[in-house]
Amino acid sequence: MIRVVLPGHLRTLARVSAEVQLDIKGPVTQRSVLDALEAQYPMLRGTIRDHVTQERRPFLRFFACEEDYSLEPPDTPLPDAIASGKEPLLIIGAIAGG
Amino acid sequence: MSQVRVLVGTRKGAFILTSDGKRQNWDVSGPHFAGWEMYHLKGSPANPNRIFASQCSGWFGQIVQRSDDGGKTWTQPGTPPGEQTAPGGAPKGESNKFVYDTSAETGKPLTTHMWYDGTQHPWEFKRVWHLEPSPTDQDTVYAGVEDAGLFRSNDGGKNWKELSGLRGHGTGPRWQPGAGGMCLHTIILDPKDPGRIYIAISAAGAFRTDDAGKTWRPINKGLHSQYIPDPNAEVGHCVHHVAMHRSRPSVLFMQKHWDVMRSDNAGDSWKEVSGNLPTDFGFVIDVHAHEPETIYVVPIKSDGEHFPPDGKLRVYRSKTGGNEWEALTKGLPQKDCYLNVLRDAMCVDSLDKCGVYFGTTGGQVYASADAGDNWTPIVQHLPAVLSVEVQTLA
Repeated sequence: MIRVVLPGHLRTLARVSAEVQLDIKGPVTQRSVLDALEAQYPMLRGTIRDHVTQERRPFLRFFACEEDYSLEPPDTPLPDAIASGKEPLLIIGAIAGG
Repeated sequence: MSQVRVLVGTRKGAFILTSDGKRQNWDVSGPHFAGWEMYHLKGSPANPNRIFASQCSGWFGQIVQRSDDGGKTWTQPGTPPGEQTAPGGAPKGESNKFVYDTSAETGKPLTTHMWYDGTQHPWEFKRVWHLEPSPTDQDTVYAGVEDAGLFRSNDGGKNWKELSGLRGHGTGPRWQPGAGGMCLHTIILDPKDPGRIYIAISAAGAFRTDDAGKTWRPINKGLHSQYIPDPNAEVGHCVHHVAMHRSRPSVLFMQKHWDVMRSDNAGDSWKEVSGNLPTDFGFVIDVHAHEPETIYVVPIKSDGEHFPPDGKLRVYRSKTGGNEWEALTKGLPQKDCYLNVLRDAMCVDSLDKCGVYFGTTGGQVYASADAGDNWTPIVQHLPAVLSVEVQTLA
């Protein structure tokens, strides 16, 4: 079971109150996590990565085990602690704006 | 008894203000979508309880929301909350997908417009500025977007397709963003001719289709803009808003960056009607619900200030279709007022007497229940108001 923590506004959009849990078959990567997340919560499509290009939105970043994985290729395996569910993948919105 | 429902989009959420036909006591609900930029909300004339809303964010992009109960509850069209499967399969979550058409069948390979420095720049979708529901079909709605393009949904907002003939008609590479971005902010559907649509873009100008969006042409003859290389150019004018009275769809009124303009031939030509306005810069313009020659503007000092002249918030009304204007001040602040009224933030109801409403960047929404003679703030401390629309309910 993969755990994902969403920014507050996306939790509201998905109507979830805490972290979400996802079942993923196969390698646990940014892409497979986001694919599973969008399948389970289709209202989030287009909000984390672009609908067409699938590129991460520039004001969002992905953190795992206190490391920034945002610039890693999307098919790079995430740490074992994420794959095992010991640690959550954090999707963080930039602290910016008014 | 009649009711009115005022839909207010702000920088940090949406608010719904309701009153009976007297328009004296108001209920306020909101914020809906707290923290999000709500560029525009508008109800369907075909089903007033259906309201479309544009929700956006610099972090998370564009969301389209829809209510089918007058704004009490909202969903993203086609993506009911909690449903992972639907009769047609899993929801695809495509109600926020706006992709410019470059298909061989209907799109043209138009991929760039003019950037601020005069170079060509790729078209990039940023947000929906304006949603215009069909007057006759609750499932048809148009979206004006930045970078400027026009999209239509025929399924209640679940899926969007660009009317690519607008960007592709030939002048697109000469369109250039204004300071607020290159936005398609005005969509007017001709109530007597389903094939005729007017749109306006900042800073490209006004355009018209007579075949329901397949082909388009600029309608900017008579506009004069000293801030562009050719002041009388076919395109490049910073049109801020256009308004029409439904009884006379060939008569248009325009608030341009500077100049208030009028066309009596569906935009084929324009003449200036700024007359005695203290400044002819502004953003909003609207037409009285029952008097097609009565129009309203809010003059704003510009170019670098964008607040009312002399610190006095004044709506100006012309009962002669322009040129002769009177200041409406009763109930509006007449000193130390330095806010703005943005282009989609004025509207009229269809009661008798006509109600007029406008919202400010200072967070006030003002209402007049007597066609502008007297004004009262409905709310005073909202986030900056981006848009105001009103529904007159039986």
